[in-house]
Amino acid sequence: MGKVMLEVKNLKTKYVTRLREDVYAVDGVSLKIEEGKSLGVAGESGCGKSTLALSLMGYYFPPLHYMSGDIIVDGKNISGMKPDDVRRNVLGTEIAYIPQAAMNALNPTQKIIRFIEDVIHVHDPGMSKKDVYDLAKERFGILGLPEEVLQKHAVELSGGMKQRTVIAISTILSPKVLIADEPSSALDVTSQKMVIKMMRDLMDKGYIKSMIFITHELPLLYNVTDDIMVMYAGQIVEKGSAREMVFDPLHPYTKGLMGSIIVPEEGVRENKLTAIPGTPPNLKHPPKGCRFADRCKYATPTCSGMEVPTIEMPNGREYRCLMSERKIREVYENE
Amino acid sequence: MSDAKRAECLRGKGVTKIFGMGDKKTVAVDHVDFDFREGEIISIVGESGSGKTTLSKMLLGLISVSEGQIYFQGQPRDIKGGKKKREYWKNIQAIFQDPFSSYNMFNKIDSVLLDCINMRGGKHLPYEEKFKLMSEACSFVNLEFKELTNKYPFELSGGQMQRLMIARIFLLKPKILLADEPTSMIDACSRSTILDMLLKLRDEINMTVIFITHDIGLAYYISDQVYIMEHGKFVEHGAAEECIIHPKAAYTKRLINDVPKIYEEWDLSTV
Repeated sequence: MGKVMLEVKNLKTKYVTRLREDVYAVDGVSLKIEEGKSLGVAGESGCGKSTLALSLMGYYFPPLHYMSGDIIVDGKNISGMKPDDVRRNVLGTEIAYIPQAAMNALNPTQKIIRFIEDVIHVHDPGMSKKDVYDLAKERFGILGLPEEVLQKHAVELSGGMKQRTVIAISTILSPKVLIADEPSSALDVTSQKMVIKMMRDLMDKGYIKSMIFITHELPLLYNVTDDIMVMYAGQIVEKGSAREMVFDPLHPYTKGLMGSIIVPEEGVRENKLTAIPGTPPNLKHPPKGCRFADRCKYATPTCSGMEVPTIEMPNGREYRCLMSERKIREVYENE
Repeated sequence: MSDAKRAECLRGKGVTKIFGMGDKKTVAVDHVDFDFREGEIISIVGESGSGKTTLSKMLLGLISVSEGQIYFQGQPRDIKGGKKKREYWKNIQAIFQDPFSSYNMFNKIDSVLLDCINMRGGKHLPYEEKFKLMSEACSFVNLEFKELTNKYPFELSGGQMQRLMIARIFLLKPKILLADEPTSMIDACSRSTILDMLLKLRDEINMTVIFITHDIGLAYYISDQVYIMEHGKFVEHGAAEECIIHPKAAYTKRLINDVPKIYEEWDLSTV
């Protein structure tokens, strides 16, 4: 068993709205990532994937508030730290973050090298410009990005190139955990592949120790990450290895999600896509029992009556459903 | 469903679009021929910058055609002047990538849908009739009209907005619907709902859907005919089954190779 790089215990965060109504966007999430492993987070829009990313890196600016739980990065508890301390001591070296629209995050008036200087000078104010340039040049070379990019402005780069540059910038300090929030969703398939290859390279060469990859593209997750975690309404509903999750989903929601996979392979046309009816619950007043009960076709009255515990299986797999594993398999088989 | 039986809908011969002049000339769409038949879903697949959107704008009549001719229902298309253009737009409608910017923020959803009814000549119908039409359109896309009245578009989620866009199309009933990456900003689950609705439009009201996408998996799932576009040219076209499962052009093979798969190994070394 490898060294645990990131451990999260029962993390709860909320958004406080203007009307003093709280939205519990991340509600009791626990996870663990070992060195050299990657975890994929899947789920519908609005299920709390991006909020989880922000919470993990300690980005607690209003309206997002920290409630309870621990975030331990390589043995160091960073939960409850002030945002300013987080920026100075955690971001970049411990946790790096690639936001959803990373390519629009580049200031158009600055050259790429200035961003890298900014990042490094927060952590090491004494480093000379030449050293920064050399470091950046070396890193860009390894990652297959041309050196000229450093002297260019963001507008001169194509979308895929911008995205790869942003990844290179945010991992320049070799962080322990990289959180990538939909890094390839806005790109076409070829650029997407380049981005994925680059992230793989970063992992293989040891520049990042572990990775959390957030996306709603399940075929992509299956190919990129070791484990997959499915979120629904702020909670984890199922967690397991990528293979198990795609080919043998247990939770009805995961099964529904897997029904929406489209790949250009023979026989896919004949399988009708199965959309999950209904909409996710309002997180201002989360339902008491299973949050998926309203949309689940196997739901019984008990489902919405009581808190559903997470069931842990011996092989490390987890799911949150009242049905036992055997019962679930039986039900799926009878369909 | 042979080609001979289906009526001709949109046909292009040597359609070209050139931007700029002299040395700075860019040929965005380069002498393409196509033949779209009624009641089919046609996908145009290509990477960013391959000219898909330029072609779609020409089909919509938003930009002029530099060379070549587009035929609409067998006749050369004539859209010179505003009146003829408006007449043409009764036959062709579009949904775009970004549902958030497709609506007028100051108009409530009722008025969005009422506009469509008025445009189809239902202006003098009593309100009950209109209400019935609107409810019908909303239930076509699995939305409750009662929950939507008195709401502004920004109060809906992206998937709901895109579905409302399809409800509009259902009310307008154009001959052709041009869908320019309608699902690329929506999560995978709502995406399958949208795709199913496009299929329903084809099956129930025999609409021709031109589906523009960069995702060859989507194209394979939804379309009858596929056109693969590279640098402003069609490199391959044919029935979806043929084109995507047994591709001939190297470009098509590469596109298919770049999509993450589930049942086959995804080869990252080719980048």
